[in-house]
Amino acid sequence: MTILVIADHDNSSIASSTLNTLGAATQIGGDIDILVLGGNCAAVTQAAAAIPGVRRVLSADCELFAQPLAEDMAPLVQRCAEGYTHVLGSTTTFAKNLLPRVAALLDVPQISDISGVIDANTFERPIYAGNALATVRSHDAIKVITVRSTKFEAVAVTGGSAECLAIDAQSAQAQARFVSRTEAKSEGPELATARIVISGGRGMGNGENFALLDAVAAKLGAAVGASRAAVDAGFVPNDYQVGQTGKVVAPDLYIAVGISGAIQHLAGMKDSKMIVAINKDPDAPIFQVADYGIVGDLFDVMPALDAAL
Amino acid sequence: MKILVGVKRVLDHNVKVRVRADGSAVDLDNVKMAINPFDEIAVEAAVRLKEEGVATEVIAVSIGPEKAQDTLRQALAMGADRAILVPHGGTTEPLSVAKTLKALAEKENAGLVILGKQAIDDDCNQTGQMLAALLGWPQGTFASGLSVTGEQIEVTREVDGGLETVALNLPAIVTADLRLNEPRFASLPAIMKAKKKPLESITAESLGVDLAPRLELVGVVEPPVRAAGGVIVATAAELVEKLKHAAAIA
Ligand SMILES: Cc1cc2nc3c(=O)[nH]c(=O)nc-3n(C[C@H](O)[C@H](O)[C@H](O)COP(=O)(O)OP(=O)(O)OC[C@H]3O[C@@H](n4cnc5c(N)ncnc54)[C@H](O)[C@@H]3O)c2cc1C
Ligand SMILES: Nc1ncnc2c1ncn2[C@@H]1O[C@H](COP(=O)(O)O)[C@@H](O)[C@H]1O
Repeated sequence: MTILVIADHDNSSIASSTLNTLGAATQIGGDIDILVLGGNCAAVTQAAAAIPGVRRVLSADCELFAQPLAEDMAPLVQRCAEGYTHVLGSTTTFAKNLLPRVAALLDVPQISDISGVIDANTFERPIYAGNALATVRSHDAIKVITVRSTKFEAVAVTGGSAECLAIDAQSAQAQARFVSRTEAKSEGPELATARIVISGGRGMGNGENFALLDAVAAKLGAAVGASRAAVDAGFVPNDYQVGQTGKVVAPDLYIAVGISGAIQHLAGMKDSKMIVAINKDPDAPIFQVADYGIVGDLFDVMPALDAAL
Repeated sequence: MKILVGVKRVLDHNVKVRVRADGSAVDLDNVKMAINPFDEIAVEAAVRLKEEGVATEVIAVSIGPEKAQDTLRQALAMGADRAILVPHGGTTEPLSVAKTLKALAEKENAGLVILGKQAIDDDCNQTGQMLAALLGWPQGTFASGLSVTGEQIEVTREVDGGLETVALNLPAIVTADLRLNEPRFASLPAIMKAKKKPLESITAESLGVDLAPRLELVGVVEPPVRAAGGVIVATAAELVEKLKHAAAIA
């Protein structure tokens, strides 16, 4: 087995999701190489080379890849993939955008969002918003896979000394152009990796009221998330969304405030170690998955929680 | 410009998912099926482009059972002009769907293809990206905004860190995210009119595509049920005590 892991990064540090994806690669077993595509990303290449158990880091560091356009990156990944049995990425918007394009160029199916490795050809993955788990087997020589981070242990980040190889990018295609990005600024920890997440739903009423969550989050060192309804209503930006079509989180503690607990929301948080629900409706489905609940008005409960901490 | 829209017939998102007793698949017998929610958004986006005068014709395509005609009729009722069914029993995989859509996009000389970002049954999130690769076209995935100016389309994409905007030359592929628009309800007259709109059937063979799945489905199980403690506490102070006791917070 030879596995190529496509790194997720921001040109300065390697994303934690990639460490989980490397965990999945370790379970598959075999030689593991990392491919870093970026612009001015030497720090990422170095960090990748320090990960124990990595054989080689291939690095295409050029202006062309400063912005992650799948149109430019996919042909290079296709070229690099030759000779590998597995190409892995994380279930992030970066890899979700890129890897199916690579798979089609290689004329192989992609296995999306795996939650388990059965053997080198056989994988478990959630379907129907996590309401069923499918086991699928690939009979193709090369398997293109994205990995659900919350289901795999992260690998260590120091102690390795992989060989680094620079590779050339092809010239740019002219079809797609990066225009702009608006980064949502968040002060607390990252939603995807925080140890505690506190999410607000439609019950929050408006965006200003999220200050109630921010206050508690600051005391707990928690990240703030949201339901789709809260994002659709414009209370908070899109990258707060937890769920089937948002982010999947599995913190030690998840606190759902004014969230009913629709299956699409549960799909993104039901693997949390402990779940707390605060909702004024005692029949809200969220209480069926909660370890602790308070039935009450969040506008009373949240200030009291803040005071009790 | 012609727009092709992919619509998949899936288990309705409000229906409880049940796995067949033999563990072979999710049970789809006698349950409510519906248009994939993201595809409804894709149809709405295409119809709006026609209403703006950007598109000349909207063609809805489904690869699936004869019953997928209902799904296509829904797209027609929302304003699509005609529909194509590629009949297929059993599951479809994104790669072969992408190959089918490629053949149809070329046949129809489409200038834009809009798909959903994800089918809510297989949760694959692949087809649009694969189609873009096969056609050699640019892709604007997870779109929450789009605007066409001349030979270009600007797409705002929902990404993990926020929003990103890309400019793509046409022809291009767009995949719709939830916040791209709010799909209209088809009016009764529109539903009646849709019954008369053309719906043709084209076989995969005639398009040179093999729809047989490449991945082997070994089995399907229900996920382990969460053993929730289900303790209701009366006050925030009591909650904090419990959480401290469980070492969930410091
Ligand atoms: C294809 C598809 C994909 C989807 N993807 C996602 C996804 O990724 N993530 C997601 O979250 N949803 C997703 N949804 C939407 C999902 O089905 C629900 O509509 C959504 O999760 C509801 O959000 P909510 O719980 O905040 O709102 P509601 O269901 O309206 O619930 C609000 C809750 O707040 C409570 N409440 C109101 N006021 C107060 C108060 N003052 N104090 C205490 N409690 C109060 C109410 O009792 C209620 O339970 C998706 C839906 C579809 C169709
Ligand atoms: N059988 C199908 N028929 C028509 N369109 C499909 C089909 N399967 C997938 N699609 C389109 O591809 C999108 C993404 O599907 P997937 O890659 O399976 O998550 C869907 O939202 C549809 O627009």
